[in-house]
Amino acid sequence: MHMADALLSPAVGGAMCAVAAVTIAHCSRRIRNEADDRRVPLMGVLGAFLFAAQMINFAIPGTGSSGHLGGGLLLAILLGPHAAFLVVASVLIVQALFFADGGLLALGCNIFNLGFFPAFVGYPLYRWLAGTSPGSARATAAAMIAAVLSLQLGALAVVLETVASGISALPFKTFTLFMLPIHVAIGIVEGLVTAAVVAFVRRSRPGILPAAVSSGSSIAGTAMTFLAVALVLGGVGSWFASKSPDGLEWSVAQAAGAAAPGPQRTTVHVTLDRVQQEIAVLPDYGFRHEGAAAAQPQTVPHAGLENAGKARVGTSVAGMVGGAMSLVFALLIGFALKTRPGRR
Amino acid sequence: MSAPAVLAGLLDFRRLDLLATGESALHRLDARAKVIVTLVFVVCVMSFGRYSVAALLPFFVFPIAITGGARLPATLIWRKIVLVLPIALVIGLPNPLFDREPLLEVGGIGVSGGWVSMLSIMLRAMLAAAASIVLVAVTGFPAICGALERIGMPRPLAVQLLFLYRYLAVLGEDAARMVTAHELRSGGRPMSIRLYGALLGRLLLRTWDRAERIYLAMCARGFTGEFRSGGSSRFGWPEIAYVAGWCGLFLLLRTHDVTHWLGAATLGALQ
Repeated sequence: MHMADALLSPAVGGAMCAVAAVTIAHCSRRIRNEADDRRVPLMGVLGAFLFAAQMINFAIPGTGSSGHLGGGLLLAILLGPHAAFLVVASVLIVQALFFADGGLLALGCNIFNLGFFPAFVGYPLYRWLAGTSPGSARATAAAMIAAVLSLQLGALAVVLETVASGISALPFKTFTLFMLPIHVAIGIVEGLVTAAVVAFVRRSRPGILPAAVSSGSSIAGTAMTFLAVALVLGGVGSWFASKSPDGLEWSVAQAAGAAAPGPQRTTVHVTLDRVQQEIAVLPDYGFRHEGAAAAQPQTVPHAGLENAGKARVGTSVAGMVGGAMSLVFALLIGFALKTRPGRR
Repeated sequence: MSAPAVLAGLLDFRRLDLLATGESALHRLDARAKVIVTLVFVVCVMSFGRYSVAALLPFFVFPIAITGGARLPATLIWRKIVLVLPIALVIGLPNPLFDREPLLEVGGIGVSGGWVSMLSIMLRAMLAAAASIVLVAVTGFPAICGALERIGMPRPLAVQLLFLYRYLAVLGEDAARMVTAHELRSGGRPMSIRLYGALLGRLLLRTWDRAERIYLAMCARGFTGEFRSGGSSRFGWPEIAYVAGWCGLFLLLRTHDVTHWLGAATLGALQ
């Protein structure tokens, strides 16, 4: 469930990058103050573990699709929330750079959606629900509830970030109605897997778990965080990728398939469009604007209108020719640079 | 993912990583300059309105010029960029369904805004992917971490990123071996959640033990909680020129419709 650069406006992306940076700075300070050298390699290797774990898929019963661990909640249970957040952030940075997952501008969104909520909302909730020495059923239920909540917030965050950016035409309501139910299912699976791994570790090496848990946040603090953040944005996602479509992609595709035909434009879009038109230095040349089309019949004589139509076609042709030319130029420059006489 | 697919993913990662060992002038530039230019590039591209298509095309000059200038293998870079297209298609597909107002006329046929914005989304996705892949290929991950740290990233995250980077391939291969073992014993049946949990638990314990060994080995060598990088490069005139040149071009392409001007000039010359 990665947010993508292509759907993001710089304002939303930049704001989320700032939020992520502040959280990273806070977590880094906490980690540094704890001054536990032993934890440094452990965090690093667990990040690699998360990467590796996401390469293994399991079958989701009854759907024919496959999934893998998101891992934010599991890491928080193993390492505590601050270290877990940094580990998830590092994994996302590597994914953005090497695999172009999401993209650089979307990093802030992704770190927030996938890192903040399991660590700072899901994990405290898990601790509260699971108690100090939970039985297996209680721990599983706690992990499931915590994972579902984190994923709901994450899914909601993706919807809000997408709608606020105004690049996608998906209406808020349709998108939400498809994202949230899917992420209930993903959250249940994530909770089951998290609980299974924790139970396995508890059985075979009980010493590992208690060492990690100084949560440092009270349930009241959590509730405040939760409230504050629920108002702004939220989320964690399961990186439900692999052969079958990712949860986000699947729900986008479903929302698209079941969409009511015809243009549905929210007020947000209209407002954003207007802002965009006003701040754009060159507002969509070659495009027919609603406003312009409606205004012209009264002001322009008939022949003038036809000419205006031709002019518009002319500009769009110029746009296409220009686009092709610029690509050719770009390739020529690249080729020239590549074949220039070698200079070491 | 099957075991070969896991290994193929790791191989791709390594090939991209190895490109950073190249010896071009671009490789030698201070990493901060390359990080800054990449960020400005991404922000410029993503700041276009939702119906921008033609105006995005000139921006391909950046990844193409770097690929040529640093003598990167164009096919590998291109393949990595094209990999994002299926996802971009899926996230762009709702647009033609929801946004049906005709926007553009091509040879008398109206094209709805949704198709135009979908095309825009796909171009954005390609440019975004190109930006990060070219950055890694010409800079290398450790240098990017160093640059980010010198720009202001907290040290614990830098250390975390370097550790993650070093052990990625090791644990990836562990995972691939587990998948192979499962495939050989299961006759191709998909993995159940219960088995997945046990398998991950096993991998986790192995990881934990490895972390202990790494820690002891690093203590024996005087580890104090942070990495020491080798010499630090400086931000000199070449870097200033690089940043100023590219940022100037990006701003020009953002504020002036070069595509349109180029097309009009070409059409004028033809007539």
